[in-house]
Amino acid sequence: MSTPSSATTPAAAVLCRGIEKDFGDGEARVRVLRGVDFAARAGEITFLMGPSGCGKTTLISVIAGLLDPSAGAVELFGQDVNLLPPSERVLFRRRNLGFVFQQYNLLTSLTAAENAAVPLLAAGMKRPEAVDRAKALLVKLGLGNRLDSLPSKLSGGQQQRVALARALVHEPRLVICDEPTAALDHATGESVMELLAGSAIHPERAVVVVTHDSRVLRFAHAVAHMDDGLITDSARQTLST
Amino acid sequence: MNYVALRMLMGDRAKYLGLIFAIAFSTFLLENQSSIFVGIMNRTGSQIADVADADVWVMDPGTEYFEETKALKDTDLYRVRGVPGIDYAVPLFKTNAVFRTAAGNFSSAVTLGLDDSTLVGVPRKMLLGSWERLREPGAIVIDRAGYDRLYTGEPLRLDRLLEVNDRQVHIVGISDAAAPFASFPIIHTRYSEARLFVGPQRSQLSFVLVRPAAGVTPDEMVRRIEAQTGLRARTSGQFRWDCVWYYMGHTGIPINFGITIAIALIVGLVVAGQTFYLFTVENLKQFGALKAIGVTNRRLIGMILLQALTVGFIGYALGTSIAAVFFEITASEIATRGIVLLWQNVVGVGVLMFSVVIFASLLSIRRVLVLEPAAVFRG
Repeated sequence: MSTPSSATTPAAAVLCRGIEKDFGDGEARVRVLRGVDFAARAGEITFLMGPSGCGKTTLISVIAGLLDPSAGAVELFGQDVNLLPPSERVLFRRRNLGFVFQQYNLLTSLTAAENAAVPLLAAGMKRPEAVDRAKALLVKLGLGNRLDSLPSKLSGGQQQRVALARALVHEPRLVICDEPTAALDHATGESVMELLAGSAIHPERAVVVVTHDSRVLRFAHAVAHMDDGLITDSARQTLST
Repeated sequence: MNYVALRMLMGDRAKYLGLIFAIAFSTFLLENQSSIFVGIMNRTGSQIADVADADVWVMDPGTEYFEETKALKDTDLYRVRGVPGIDYAVPLFKTNAVFRTAAGNFSSAVTLGLDDSTLVGVPRKMLLGSWERLREPGAIVIDRAGYDRLYTGEPLRLDRLLEVNDRQVHIVGISDAAAPFASFPIIHTRYSEARLFVGPQRSQLSFVLVRPAAGVTPDEMVRRIEAQTGLRARTSGQFRWDCVWYYMGHTGIPINFGITIAIALIVGLVVAGQTFYLFTVENLKQFGALKAIGVTNRRLIGMILLQALTVGFIGYALGTSIAAVFFEITASEIATRGIVLLWQNVVGVGVLMFSVVIFASLLSIRRVLVLEPAAVFRG
């Protein structure tokens, strides 16, 4: 660990200030985020770590614009996402965000290439062109021989690589990965993280990875620790090659 | 995304086929039962429709439908003829008589005695022989179904003898008369002959058939006859509907068919609706992922509607095809002749099934719309 990152860094691609998030009303109200300040820079992988139930998933949901914060502001590349009307927020998300889910969430009836092409299809690209682009990316990710396989015919690692391709195919500016290695064995998790580090890092792209897998910590440029709805510690680190 | 929607739909083969089967079965049952019902109801007035050369039927005010008549007085014919605007008015005697073959086969038959001089009401479509020969003594025209009933398995042949009320009659023609409500033979003969087929009765005039003069509409003719004679007059169309409503109100037919049609509708609505709803619920995570990726609610609604309309259309087309094949087969059967798949029923069932799939998809759409995309992060 080295230089602590500042939540107010001007160059931050993701900038959260004083994020609070409550669920429920009255006595049943639970405050999951209690004034979170968080930043992630473009060209880096930022890890968000912490125990189960500390609010990591809620925070990335707020960052992604999938949940509205109860208080505070989220800026993505200088744009306050919460000020956008819902329809524009969806379009913003489609253009600028890519997701890797813990359970992959691939469409079971589509082939690997078709799954990876979904963000392009959602953006209105013609299917042959979209699938061709997705195939090219899958080849880079080492799935050239499984392009037409259904998810049920792929291993967990292969499915996560398809999910990674889906997150990157439309060249988003922010990639959010939720526990990308949690459902994988250690070796496969390492390999997925290597691919993520090798393919997702781009000078204009930030990558936020939620994980509690400390074995993959070496892939992070910066690490923020969360506990009980707060960022308890932020640090930058130099990557080993 | 239409492609994605269709792949999602067809990927779950069991539900996809189940949906198509439920809609096809429901469509077939609805079209089948509603067409048979209409066909049967149509038969209640088929002998009225067969009379092409009269537009108005005059009867005793107590006569409600074709099958059961209260006889008019013979003088009523002349009273009707005295109404201004009539081109011609002729008697029709309708009775049931029992006909027996030489081999001993017998059957009660709907017997229609036509005006001796004009033969108004004679069946125009003859399969064999000629209706003009009805002018011969003891001549009858029998319908194809009646002939088959009395001479089962034998070829059509003229001049065969039948016995009725101790009299001998001979067949001069075999007609293609429309099937009656009860599957009795239809026998046409002259009025004077028909009176001899049954025992002596004081009055035997069942109906007076009227053709209005040029320029007088059947409705106007009806008004004039009723005003001047006090008898009941109906246009052919009105009288056919009278028969339909009589059977609707006095038999269990509409209830029985109604139950079957309701079951078919429930099967379509519940099974198809529930299966489609389950299909959507089981795919909620996938829809959630699409939402998170940035697929708009509008696009998701479009995807679900496309899925619903696709299974709806395939199921409907399959069900209608099966119904068409069914009626194509039964149309050539004597017993079920005239009962056809009506285009109105096909269209009506189409609208109904379209409503069913739209209703089912609305339930599913609601689930997807209220789905929080952040749920995809919850594993």
